[in-house]
Amino acid sequence: MRSPAPFPQRGEEIVWIYEKKLQYPVKVSTCNPTLAKYLVEQYGGADGELAAALRYLNQRYTIPDKVIGLLTDIGTEEFAHLEMIATMIYKLTKDAKPQALKEAGLGEHYVQHDSALFYNNAAGVPFSATYFQAKGDPIADLYEDIAAEEKARATYQWIIDMSDDPDLNDSLRYLREREIVHSQRFREAVEILKDERDRQKIF
Amino acid sequence: MANTMPIEYYQQLEEIQAVDFVIDELVLYLDTHPTDQNAIQQYNHFALYSKQIKQKFEESYGPLQKGSVNIRQDYWAWSGPWPWQV
Amino acid sequence: MDQQRERFTPMKSYVPFRGLFDPCPPIGEKYYSTPPNLYVGFQSPNLEQFTPQEALRKGTLWKVFYDYYDNPYKRGGDSGHG
Repeated sequence: MRSPAPFPQRGEEIVWIYEKKLQYPVKVSTCNPTLAKYLVEQYGGADGELAAALRYLNQRYTIPDKVIGLLTDIGTEEFAHLEMIATMIYKLTKDAKPQALKEAGLGEHYVQHDSALFYNNAAGVPFSATYFQAKGDPIADLYEDIAAEEKARATYQWIIDMSDDPDLNDSLRYLREREIVHSQRFREAVEILKDERDRQKIF
Repeated sequence: MANTMPIEYYQQLEEIQAVDFVIDELVLYLDTHPTDQNAIQQYNHFALYSKQIKQKFEESYGPLQKGSVNIRQDYWAWSGPWPWQV
Repeated sequence: MDQQRERFTPMKSYVPFRGLFDPCPPIGEKYYSTPPNLYVGFQSPNLEQFTPQEALRKGTLWKVFYDYYDNPYKRGGDSGHG
């Protein structure tokens, strides 16, 4: 057993500090509300950045100390990705007139929200906490996290397949790559939790 | 505040983004490799360097986060522009 | 690093079964990603890194995890792997 760590592990207070910069310099080359309609899948969809951030940060309270730091850091990075996605949607729809939004299939969105961002998926279904789990079993939760990263990676691929905006695809490739690294770290977390080195070998 | 930012803003910002990204990556690596001394050394190096270049950036463009000094006496530079606007 | 990369291909494909009455023209090969994190295992220390500027642009500090993705169907099916 490790010595019990004070809770929370980092610093004396639980606080997130907003830094006035994006993690990656997002660029968009065309005014293209249709792409915004697709991208919102990663804003308020089941495998999107909001679901990811909430999933990881929430799992931290019932998982061995060895992986709390990782969940904290990846969960926090997902919020940085959420702001990147928001920036893309904002730029793709900024200054678009109602008619242009209608032609992009965003007429229903316009009626409800004007150009405001809303946490829904690409089909307009509102965000739901049922998109992620907290089973309390460290292996079950980490396996869900690995699957979530692979699903988000796949979603970025499908959006890249649908998009012909080279600057946007550049940012989407960056986000896809982050899913690969996160999945790698969650896989390592599983290895850490199943490791036998600390125990007497009796077999 | 001007309507557009000068090219130096983007250049300095991207240097910060690159350095902070190395820090992000080293942090995730260290979360699963907490005894890698080379990585800790590299993390400390970039953590110090990040502070330096952020201070320089903030002198021209205002605080990147709360707690940083607002150099200008006549304008609260936190008010904008925001990351999704620039 | 290059040796490590040569151990796997990051994209695989298969040809879906074709029924006699399938209405859409055949897609040919159907692609799926098999990125580096499936192969590398627990990362060993001191792996080769990108420069900070390159790392930011590529989305990872570690060369072994870099996997460029582009729409595989755009390439006209000339890139069959696996």
